[in-house]
Amino acid sequence: MDPTIFLIQLLNGVQYGLLLFLVASGLTLIFGIMGVINLAHGSFYMVGAYLAWSLTQALGSFWLALAAGIVLSVVLGMLLEWLFIRHLYRRDHLQQVLLTYGLILVFSELRSILWGDDVHGVAVPAMLSGSIALTETLAYPVYRFWLSAICVLLAGLMYYLIQHTRLGMMIRAGATNREMTQSLGIDIGLLYRFVFAFGVALAAFAGMIAAPVSSVFPGMGNQVLILCFVVVVIGGLGSVKGALAAALLIGLIDTFGKVVEFELAGFQVLPELAGMSVFVMMAIVLLWRPEGLFSRRLR
Amino acid sequence: MSSDILIEARGIHAYYGASHILHGVDFTIRRGETIGLMGRNGMGKTTLLKSMLGLLPPREGNVLVRGSDMTRAAPYRVARAGIAYVPEGRGIFPNLSVRENLIMAARAGRDGRNDWTLDLVLATFPRLRERLKHGGQQLSGGEQQMLTIARALLTNPDLLILDEATEGLAPLVAQEIWRILHRIRQTGISSIIVDKNLSAVSAISDRNVVLVKGQVVFEGDSDSLRAQPDSLRSWLGV
Repeated sequence: MDPTIFLIQLLNGVQYGLLLFLVASGLTLIFGIMGVINLAHGSFYMVGAYLAWSLTQALGSFWLALAAGIVLSVVLGMLLEWLFIRHLYRRDHLQQVLLTYGLILVFSELRSILWGDDVHGVAVPAMLSGSIALTETLAYPVYRFWLSAICVLLAGLMYYLIQHTRLGMMIRAGATNREMTQSLGIDIGLLYRFVFAFGVALAAFAGMIAAPVSSVFPGMGNQVLILCFVVVVIGGLGSVKGALAAALLIGLIDTFGKVVEFELAGFQVLPELAGMSVFVMMAIVLLWRPEGLFSRRLR
Repeated sequence: MSSDILIEARGIHAYYGASHILHGVDFTIRRGETIGLMGRNGMGKTTLLKSMLGLLPPREGNVLVRGSDMTRAAPYRVARAGIAYVPEGRGIFPNLSVRENLIMAARAGRDGRNDWTLDLVLATFPRLRERLKHGGQQLSGGEQQMLTIARALLTNPDLLILDEATEGLAPLVAQEIWRILHRIRQTGISSIIVDKNLSAVSAISDRNVVLVKGQVVFEGDSDSLRAQPDSLRSWLGV
C-alpha cells in the first residue's frame, strides 16, 4: 500500500475509533457503575446528530448548535434517569433490556415525528473547513484532525475525573459498594443521575461532531450501538481503559478491512467480507479472554 | 435533656424479607455516651443498627435523629446528620487506594467543626500512613478495620457506630483497636459498639443493651451487667 494512503487510512481509523470510544465509554460507565445494560445508548448518538443538523439550521452556527446540543442532552439524560433508569438499578438485566429497547423505539418514532425520515448532511464549520497537505497530491481535512483532538481531550478529561477527583472516587466507590458509599453521606441517587447524564451527553456529543463527516440518517443509532457493544465486550464490561483500547482496535480493523486486499485460496476475503471483520475480531478476543481485554473494575 | 439525644428509636419492628427480626425495640443514645450493644448472632444487633441508619427502614416504629423523624430518610441524610458507620466486614473500597478511601468522604462535621483531619487520622493510625498508596484490597484485616474507622472519623461525626469492631482480628491488633476506641471516646464522640468481647466492651461502655430474639432484655451499666452472671450465660452464652 502506498505510504500516504496508509497514513490517511490510519488517521481515519484512529479518528473513527476515538469517536466510537466516546459513545462506548458512556455505555461501559453506565454498566460498570450502575449495572444497567442500556440498549438505548445508540439512540443518543442519533439524537445528537439530528440535534446538530436541526440546531445548526435554527441557530445558524455549528458552534452554537454544539453548545445548545450539549445542554439539551444533559437535560435529556437527567430526565430519562429520573423517569426510567433509576427504577432499573435493582432489577435484572432482562427488564433493563426490555425497557431500554422500548426507549429505542420511542426515540426512533420521536425522531420520525420531529425531524422526518430523510438523510441529511451538516456542513463542516467554516473555521475548520480547510485541509492539511500531506503530500503534493493528498490532503487531510482539518475538521477530522480537530475531531480526533477533541476526542483525545475528552478521554483525558474523563480519566482525570474518574481517577483524580473526589467525584471520581465517589463514583468508583459507589460501583463496588453502594450501601457503604451512602452511609458515608454521599447521595448516590444524585451521583448516578450525573453519571447517566454524562454518558448520554458523551454519546450525543459524539453524534453531533460526527454529523459533518458522516451523513445524518435514521438508522445511525443502531449501527453505532452494535459496534459499541462489540467495543465494550472486547474491552471488558465496565472498563473505560478497555473501551479506549477496543475502540481504537475496532476503528482500525473496520477502516483497513475496507481497503486492504486479502486473498485466501483463490477467494477474495478482504474487502469482500470487511463487514464481518470486527465480529471475527470479537470472536477471537472472546475465545482468548472471555472477560475482555481489561477487567471489569474501573481502574 | 432531650436536646442531648442523638438517636432515639421507638418501638422498632424490622423484617428481613418475611422474617420478623426486631419486636418493638426502644433504643436511645445521648451525646458523649458509649453504648455496648450485645447479643448472640441473629438476635438483631445489625438489624437494629441498619434500621437506625436508614439502610433497613423499620416496618413499624420511628427513628428520631436529634429530634427529627428520619425513619425513612435516605442513608446519606442520616450520615449527614453526624452519624458514621463502620459495618461488619468493614466495607472498604477495594478498588480505591488507602488515601482515596480516606479522603473520598472527608468533610466537616454538622456544626462545621473539622477536628479530624487527614493528618490527625494518620497520626492516630501510623500504619495507614505507610500504606497510603496501596489498594484497599492489599491491607490486612486489622489495617482494613483501622482504615474504616479512620474513614468514619474523617466525616467528623458525633456518633460512631461499629458493628463487630474486632471480629477476626489477631489479639494484638484487637487490643490496638480498643486503645484507639478509648481515645476516640475521650474526644467526646459517642459510640455504639457491637463486639463479642464482653470484657472489652464493658470496660469502655457507659451503658449496655442486650438483645435476645429481637427484644431488649437488659439495659444498664457495666457493673449491673456483670452482677448477673447467670443471665449473661443465657443471653450471651458466656
